[in-house]
Amino acid sequence: MKQDAARSETRELTYREAVREAIRDALIRDPRVFLMGEDVGRYGGCYAVSKGLLAEFGPERIRDTPLSESGFTGAGIGAAIAGMRPIVELMTVNFSLLALDQILNTAATIRHMSGSQFGVPLVIRMATGAGRQLAAQHSHSLEGWYAHIPGLKVLAPATLEDARGMLWTALEDPDPVLIFEHVMLYNMQGPLAADAAPVDIDKAAVRRVGHDISLVTYGGSLWKTLEAAAELAKAGIDAEVVDLRSLRPLDDATIMASVAKTRRAVIVDEGWRSGSISAEICTRIIEQAFWELDAPLGRVCSEEVPIPYPRHLEQAAIPQAAKIVAAAKSVVG
Amino acid sequence: MSDTADKPHLSRAHELDLLNRMIRIRRFEDKCAELYTQEKIRGFLHLYDGEEAVAVGVIPVLERRDRIVSTYREHGHALVRGVPMKAALAELYGKQEGCSGGRGGSMHFFDRETNFYGGNAIVGGGLPLAVGLALADHMRGDNIVTACFFGDGAVAEGEFHESLNLAALWALPVLFVCENNLYAMGTALALSESETDLHLKAASYRLSSEAVDGMDVIAVEAAARRAVAAIRKTGKPYFLECRTYRLRAHSMFDAQLYRDKAEVEAWRQKGPIVRFESWLEANHMIHSEDLASIEAGVAAEISEAVAFAEAGTWEPAEQLGRFTYAEGAV
Repeated sequence: MKQDAARSETRELTYREAVREAIRDALIRDPRVFLMGEDVGRYGGCYAVSKGLLAEFGPERIRDTPLSESGFTGAGIGAAIAGMRPIVELMTVNFSLLALDQILNTAATIRHMSGSQFGVPLVIRMATGAGRQLAAQHSHSLEGWYAHIPGLKVLAPATLEDARGMLWTALEDPDPVLIFEHVMLYNMQGPLAADAAPVDIDKAAVRRVGHDISLVTYGGSLWKTLEAAAELAKAGIDAEVVDLRSLRPLDDATIMASVAKTRRAVIVDEGWRSGSISAEICTRIIEQAFWELDAPLGRVCSEEVPIPYPRHLEQAAIPQAAKIVAAAKSVVG
Repeated sequence: MSDTADKPHLSRAHELDLLNRMIRIRRFEDKCAELYTQEKIRGFLHLYDGEEAVAVGVIPVLERRDRIVSTYREHGHALVRGVPMKAALAELYGKQEGCSGGRGGSMHFFDRETNFYGGNAIVGGGLPLAVGLALADHMRGDNIVTACFFGDGAVAEGEFHESLNLAALWALPVLFVCENNLYAMGTALALSESETDLHLKAASYRLSSEAVDGMDVIAVEAAARRAVAAIRKTGKPYFLECRTYRLRAHSMFDAQLYRDKAEVEAWRQKGPIVRFESWLEANHMIHSEDLASIEAGVAAEISEAVAFAEAGTWEPAEQLGRFTYAEGAV
């Protein structure tokens, strides 16, 4: 997978390296920042994101934890309230369920319950998604669940720029921010501007301009959707691709502007269809742009099964470019 | 500034202060129960009746800079810590003048002024938070103690074990105070725990750990002084199991089918206030005027708090969306 270089001064790096650079930059910029999680130090991170950081910053700031997701996530919340700027790495969204009490009942509520006397400026990073044949307990895409919760912000960086730029903005936010990194993106390589800088964390981005249909997606599905758009172009369908970037808040304005222009939309979401973020987006389009539509909305989501182990079944369970092409053609008619 | 020498000073003034603090909590909560029946207070209301010696024995030993994490049975902790009674009662009314702006209610008292971090209604949920507060202090090299209160029910939660391990592993300055009142809501300790000697669990995580008679305010204070002095000196966590008893129902909805009236009555006879009063009287350290004066002072403060809460204002519903994110943020 490649990305277009937006600027002339660029270098080649992977998504993994972009995340690492973002963490390293934050650690250098702000002494209150530290990284905490399972195997972030000596092991170098389960996806090798934090490799080398222990040697540079030491065990106080690159803090290996026991397998106590609730305990160390809660510790991150407490440290954030007390003035630090922790980055908690939950390894994967699958294990975040063991910390759900702390995320939902504490991080998301303390500002409210305390009448804003206390806030939780915490960043929680985790890998998400299927595609590595890790079977049903290691392949969830639950970012849409988290986007259900008032008090949280939920990000899904899909590009090198966002992997590099979202973290610092998230750390500056006074409230808890969850960052979901799709497992299939870590090896993605491409050019990144030498002076890549912090980016906003509340706007969607149009990744491909088109006029016939809006394909709205995020995270790992962005690249499949762009591939589908290229395929659709060959069939004479000019698709616009909207990368949500943030699942909470959702950037309604960008979505509605795109739909108002193309008058058709397909939502692509690796979460299960029922009760998903794609369902929320469809509803908002119907609430806000019903009269702009020329056709029923379409969706490409994961099939309603636990993610299976064999490659052909796993691939059949999750969104694919071919399914997106078919859904778009069906909507365009 | 409180005195953190490791032994209580048994001066008459100090003893009267302890008695006054316990009576203040008891009378305040008696009033809360009454206001609940009048429907001035709604939702859950968990009263501390019988457990006052724990808050009064521990909290005055802490310094202003120290931090407190509490539970949903936190009115006593808040009052002893210095959350104004009128702000506490206004919170129970749900008024804007409450210590959490009215948004929290009985189970969620917060107060930045006194480093009071709630008011957590998920059993065990406050322990990781306390570990994190202490982690921040540890990383900055600040000599601050975080006192974390929780009940015997929390001991069955995974967060208890995760938190004790983290605090010991990372040598964090947390004072864990287990208020063992023998029941997790309606389930007796012996029906919940294979090991009912709870302080042993902490010892197994290599914390300094002791059990103390939680109905004896002097014993609690002495233990708290030892614990806080040790934490200040070593930076390491300390576990105090205070053996106590809840004399009232778990909440206002509890019919108490799980325990005998005789059991409650027997514990009432050794309640922390009656016991301390009797001891002071037997040693001629208290006069009837002292008691009358304490009661009068507390009654006046309660009247003032009720008037304050009654006069408080309801937050306009148009402001509903506030306090979900920082003001100005999305």
